[in-house]
Amino acid sequence: MAPLVNNARWKDVTRNLAERDATFVAMWGERNDEGGNVNLAVRHKGERSIEIVSHSAPDSHYPSVGRHHPSAILMERAIQDVYGLVADGLPDTRPWLDHGFWPHSRARTSYNFKPALGPGVHQIPVGPVHAGTIEPGHFRFSVNGEIIVRLEARLGYVHRDVLGLMRGGAIDDAAALVGRISGDSTVAYAFAFARAVEQALGLTVPPRASTLRGIMAELERLANHLGDFGAICNDSGFSLLNTHAAVLRERVLRLAALVFGHRLMMDCIVPGGVLRDLNEEGATALKSGLPSVLVTFERLVDLYEKTASLQDRVVGTGRLDPALASLLGCGGYVGRAAGQDFDARRDMPYAPYDGIDVRVPVLSSADVDARVRVRIAEIQESVRILLCLLDMMPKSSIHAALPNDLTVRSGAALVEGFRGDIFAFVRVCDGRISDVFVRDPSWFLWPALEAAIEGNIVADFPLCNKSFNAAYAGCDL
Amino acid sequence: MGLSLPLGLQFLQMFLVLAAAPLLTGFVRLAKARLQRRAGPPLLQVYRDLAKLIAKDAVVATEASWLFRVAPYLIFAVTWIAASLVPTFETGLLFSRSGDLIVIAALLGSARFFQMLAALDVGTPFGGLGASREAMFASLAEPAMLMIVFAVALVAGSSQLTVISTFMHSGSTGLRLSMGLALVALVMVAIVETGRLPVDNPATHLELTMVHEAMVLEYSARHLALIDLAHALKLLLYVSLIACIFVPLGIASSGDRPGPLLFGVAAYFGKLALAAVLLAIFETTIAKMRVFRVPNFVGAALMLGLLGTLLLFLSATL
Repeated sequence: MAPLVNNARWKDVTRNLAERDATFVAMWGERNDEGGNVNLAVRHKGERSIEIVSHSAPDSHYPSVGRHHPSAILMERAIQDVYGLVADGLPDTRPWLDHGFWPHSRARTSYNFKPALGPGVHQIPVGPVHAGTIEPGHFRFSVNGEIIVRLEARLGYVHRDVLGLMRGGAIDDAAALVGRISGDSTVAYAFAFARAVEQALGLTVPPRASTLRGIMAELERLANHLGDFGAICNDSGFSLLNTHAAVLRERVLRLAALVFGHRLMMDCIVPGGVLRDLNEEGATALKSGLPSVLVTFERLVDLYEKTASLQDRVVGTGRLDPALASLLGCGGYVGRAAGQDFDARRDMPYAPYDGIDVRVPVLSSADVDARVRVRIAEIQESVRILLCLLDMMPKSSIHAALPNDLTVRSGAALVEGFRGDIFAFVRVCDGRISDVFVRDPSWFLWPALEAAIEGNIVADFPLCNKSFNAAYAGCDL
Repeated sequence: MGLSLPLGLQFLQMFLVLAAAPLLTGFVRLAKARLQRRAGPPLLQVYRDLAKLIAKDAVVATEASWLFRVAPYLIFAVTWIAASLVPTFETGLLFSRSGDLIVIAALLGSARFFQMLAALDVGTPFGGLGASREAMFASLAEPAMLMIVFAVALVAGSSQLTVISTFMHSGSTGLRLSMGLALVALVMVAIVETGRLPVDNPATHLELTMVHEAMVLEYSARHLALIDLAHALKLLLYVSLIACIFVPLGIASSGDRPGPLLFGVAAYFGKLALAAVLLAIFETTIAKMRVFRVPNFVGAALMLGLLGTLLLFLSATL
């Protein structure tokens, strides 16, 4: 399934996107002697696979997708910065990741934030350095008193050219790098990348390895959702729940360290399988530890629901229009809190989820409270899936050797991380990476956050931002 | 000879509040941490922080005017004077004749005024954000405070804290509805004025949600130490104020001998500890409210104060 350059098919796919018959998944570029190619990945309505189509970019120009479909705009701006390929007709041609400090920078002029005019409207610049220890990002608020008229996020402060480091390298080295793109999703990234490589090489992973991958992915989701639950409460000034949720998150992380030898389970998933097996002792620890985490968590949920002052902060705050969530292709808790019924584990099933009934919580109120409640439901569901997987535990090897293939082959995969679906594409040749792209769900969360915050008060931004919890580094490749 | 003892006691009280203020702030922090099952900072951490800040070199924004540098000293001095006018362990304080409750409210208002000017002076967006929120809160908190003063003064027959405290201590007031309303209103005003939850979160790192912290973001070193100390003094002042008006239990009167005086000091520290624990419990069980809800909260305090005063006009026994 190597993406073929097919300009006519690209046109069709772009039309499908514009007519909302397909969901935008990712866009990335590649340079070659004639200028370059641009690749577009979409998911057609009702289909369980992803189509990748390429467009040639002679003289470094190609027709813009973002002109027809807004969720492509940020990626086309990034393609322009990183690959130098220009989208003709792109509505927003400002640089995105490029701050003018790279050797090949094109962004030499100052960045123009979108204007917001009117009597009393003024700007508040925040970041990229914040008062707390968080990732760097700049936020430009146009406010009227306390009311936010417009928010614009500006990222690109953690650019490491990870994809550039991966290209040309051995598959194993690339697998280690991909797990470091966004540390809180290291399992999901490694999972997506490994599946893409395996699809390219036509390799089937031993069943035990798949099950172990599922266990790691759910543990990661559990730990992150627990952390988010507490952090959202903390940002509304209710730190009691934060400390208790932090204790639960710590218990999950320690279980992961005990069972897989690393708290975040970094480098455990590799193309071909996994590197850490689960022994009898570990399985027992998980089987007894996880339900007890859930029991304590239920009490925290009870407190969350019964604290009136906390409910007053979260209900109705930062509402995201479900139509916009659909248009932008928001996945994960943000999309599911806004009526988007999609979960890659259920709708594009992959091992080990193909043998499990995954229940997906979907809400429609789309506020901070809905995003918390989706997380709560997913925590409960994750524990159920984990216990299911632990009961399955087929007996087999945990790693299959990668076949050495001299032909150029490519593969793609979609994996449900805790934030949403992570897409990975890889082209391999002779055990080396010739092209790679991974797309974080945050690409679609940032524009959604900008839209959701409109009309809210400035003091509620941290709370909304935390409920989205979009990654900064994840979309800075 | 006639003057030296009261003067000595007044100075003792001045330095007592200065020394005890960081302890109270530290104790609230520790109690909050314990309620959240955290180990928390050591009790003396606030003193260490102040010592660290004083030893550092101050960084002042290039755009800052003289006002920015002078404001911390003014704020500190004014708050300290206000704090030493409130009877803590003994009622007959020498200075309290020179200033009543209205003077205390005015001194705190001046401190706030300078704080807001300094926040606006450097021209950072957070300074403006914090100052505008502070002004919004203060526009209701200050009238509420005056209403409470009137209610209490109508009952005690004076706005002098020494007189009020002695009168309340005598027990001749009994249970009065107006005083109950005034107590609730004063607690609410104190929460707003000292920047505690649910109005402002003293522990937050989210610059967009800050009120007091946003105003002092640009301060460093000795300037910040003075402002922090003034803030701690303000918390102590409000606790002392509530204690001396509504819980004057154990407070010594002027001319008492060492025994009652010592008992007064012990009772005072007991009240501080109790207030700190109550504050910590309250802050642990409540989330911060939306900025726009705060005027409703302070407005309720204002109405309670007003109601307390009006009741006294209806009947002097209410």
